[in-house]
Parts: sequence; C-alpha cells; structure tokens
Amino acid sequence: MLDLHGYGPSIFEGAILTVQVAVLSLLIALILGLAGAIAKQSANPVPRIIATIYTTVIRGVPDLVLMLLIFFGGQMLMNMFSDWLYDQFAWDIFFNINEFIAGVVTIGFIFGAYMAETFRGAFQSVNRGQLEAGYAYGMSKRQVFIKISFPQMMRHALPGLGNNWLVMLKTTALVSIIGLADMVRLASEAAKAVHEPFTFLIPVALAYLFLTAVSEWILKRLEVKYSAGVARG
Amino acid sequence: MEAFLSLFADNSIFNPVTLMHYWSGFVTTIQLVFLSLVIGLIIALPLGILRTSKNPFINKPIWAYVYFFRGTPLLVQLYLIYYGTAQIKGIQETIFWNILSEAFYPCLIAFVLNTAAYTTEIIRGAIEATPKGEIEAAKAYGMNAWKRMLRIVLPSALRRGLPAYANEVIFMLHASSIASVVTIVDLTGAARDIYARYYAPFEAFLFVAAIYLCLTFALIYTFRQIENKIMAHTRPIS
Repeated sequence: MLDLHGYGPSIFEGAILTVQVAVLSLLIALILGLAGAIAKQSANPVPRIIATIYTTVIRGVPDLVLMLLIFFGGQMLMNMFSDWLYDQFAWDIFFNINEFIAGVVTIGFIFGAYMAETFRGAFQSVNRGQLEAGYAYGMSKRQVFIKISFPQMMRHALPGLGNNWLVMLKTTALVSIIGLADMVRLASEAAKAVHEPFTFLIPVALAYLFLTAVSEWILKRLEVKYSAGVARG
Repeated sequence: MEAFLSLFADNSIFNPVTLMHYWSGFVTTIQLVFLSLVIGLIIALPLGILRTSKNPFINKPIWAYVYFFRGTPLLVQLYLIYYGTAQIKGIQETIFWNILSEAFYPCLIAFVLNTAAYTTEIIRGAIEATPKGEIEAAKAYGMNAWKRMLRIVLPSALRRGLPAYANEVIFMLHASSIASVVTIVDLTGAARDIYARYYAPFEAFLFVAAIYLCLTFALIYTFRQIENKIMAHTRPIS
C-alpha cells in the first residue's frame, strides 16, 4: 500500500484547495469573459478598445509573470493606498493581499481573456436571423440577449469553455509558487522532507488526471443538455 | 525627448548590471524554448504517425503518454523530473549525473516531454483529417504506405497542423517561465532576482511582461507569414 508518511490528509486538503481555487477563478473568468465579449461587440469604440487591449496583452504574457506581478505589485499598491489613507484621514487600515486572493484573481483575470475570445466567437455563430426575428417580435435588446443569443451562444461556447477549464485546472498549480498550500506545494514539500519525490508527486499527478476525467464527463453531459433541440447526424 | 530622458536619468533599476542580467535571462529563455521545441518536434513526428496505427500495442502506449503529459500540470512534471531523477539509486555515480545535476537539463527534459505530447496530438489530428480521396488517389497511383505518408499525408497535414502548432509554440514560450522555479535564471528568473534586489515589482515584472509580449507578437507574425506562404494555393484569385 502507498505510504505517504502521514502527509496524506494534508495533501488531500491541498487537493480541495486546488479545486476551490479553480472553481472561484472560473467564476471570475466567466464574468470577465462575458463582459469582455459583450464589450468587443459594442458599437462604442471605448469598451471595444479596452476589451481588445485586455485580451491581447493578457494572452501575450506568461501566467506566472502576471501572477508574480499581481501578488507582489498588488501588495505594494495596497500599502501605498493604506499609507495615503493614513496621511489623508488618519485611518489606520492595513490591506493584506494574501496568496489565495492573488492566485484566484490572477487566474480569473488571465482566463477571462481566453473566455472573452471563446464567447465572442460563440456569439458570432448565433444565426443573425434569429436575433432579427426577436426584434421583429418587439423584444428589447436585453430580452434578445437573455432569451435568444445567450442560450444559443452557450452551445457553441461549451467546447471552448471546456478546454479553457481544463487548461485552467492545470494552471492552478502555479499558485504553489506564490506560497499557497495547494496539493502541488504540499506534495513537493513532503517530497523534499522525506526524499521520496515519486511517492508524493505521482499521486498528485493522478489526482489531476482524475479531476480532468471528471470534468470531461461533466462537460459531455452539459454539451448534451445545451444541444437539446439541435438535430444530430 | 527631454521628458523621456529624464525618465531614465533618475532610475537606479535599469542600469547596465541589471540589463545584462535580463539579457542573460533572455538568452536562457530562448535556448530553453528553442531546444525543447526542436527536440520535442523530432520526438513527436514519429509518435504522431505511430499514434494513427491500428495496432493497439503501438497506439495505446502513445495514447497513455500523451494523456499523462496533457492531463497534468507542467509544474508537477518538472518537479517529478527535477527532484525525481536525483533520487534514482546509483544515478549520482553515473555519467548522467554531470548532466542532471544542473537544473537546466532536467528542466529541458520536462519541457521536451511536455511539448512532444501536445505536438503528437496535433500531428495525429492533422493526419487523421486527411481527406479520404487524397489517400485513395495515392493508392490508385500505386504508392506504398511510406510514399503515401511522405508525399501525400504529411505535406497536407503540415498545412492543417500549423495553426495549432503556432499556438503550441507560444504556449511553450509562456510555459518556460516555470523554469525560474527550479533556480534557472531565465527572463522570469531575472525579474524575480531584480524584484528581490530592489523591491520594485512593477519595474521588474512589467519589463519582462513587455519582452514576452514582443516575443509573442514576433512569433504570431512569423507563423502568419509561413501560413500565407504554404497556403498560397488556397488564396482566392484577386
């Protein structure tokens, strides 16, 4: 039997943390992605340009560099802000950017850019005639979005969203570098302590494969759900 | 111009010493990425072809290799190889240890295995998408399996696979920043050193972010040029 030298429970907690980071980042990424995709289609050039800069810059820079920038730079900004508050109003507040917030925000922020591209493509593949039909029925812009383009867009977006999610799940391993006790960090620390890297890292690798397999299964079910009403050959 | 120069006048961070540090980091990043991509491609090409084989003893092991390396984080793979190889019994007495004791080579091995797995999948996808008619035509000309692969399948697979491979190259450039975790001073490692030395996160990290951005744009531009060149026959007549 696998002997984890008593590190088993803590690595399991690390695995739960990995899932938490991934799910919370997914929420942020979905919101940012949707906002980005809507901004990219806007008739107003200001949101369009901001969204284009966001998706281009974020996708051009490594995740780790962005994470280090937000983790170390964010703390410095917050320190400046609390200094300023103290000078101006004599408020003595200290903001702490902890690893969890920095990790979740960074991953959400990065994948928001990828999600925005996925959503944009998906919105474009919704048949224009359907939207026009909606307007012809007297629906408002909001109603057309909620009732027509969003549900149909989801069907086209799902494969891309699924891919982004799988990449994101693996990207969460990077939070171990900024000190968050996820399963990669706990396992690598245990590996260094006991000098048995394979004992700890192979189970972690298998845990990622398991999470991937579960995600693929859920995604398949979601795809079936969202393509209800579409003829399949 | 005056204002621009004054920006540089009172900065203590971007002095010749740090710029040389960034430069050596840049060289390391380029070496790592270039070597892993070239070696990875050399490994992936036969694997991608064999992956389309119908023999389960050939395609299943390749499938397992690809599944493992695409399904786990590169960081875990790097730790496995970096810490793992050192623990193999007796390896420290062999000649391999000269190579493996430097952080660069375990890191290169991890990157090569990772990119080879992704590239294998790209090549498999491109080969399997070959139109049936092309293969039938080649058979009708009396070409054997080798000639079909060399003359028909691979050239057209190259065209189909190139956009995905361009993404993989950019992905590899970004993934290479992980090398800084195992004490390698690549671009990101240089930025971390300079951050630690001057406690200046914005200068240190925004600067490398800008370099990565330029490299990414250069890669995108290069691949677009190549695509235009090899896809010239599909361009509409204007």
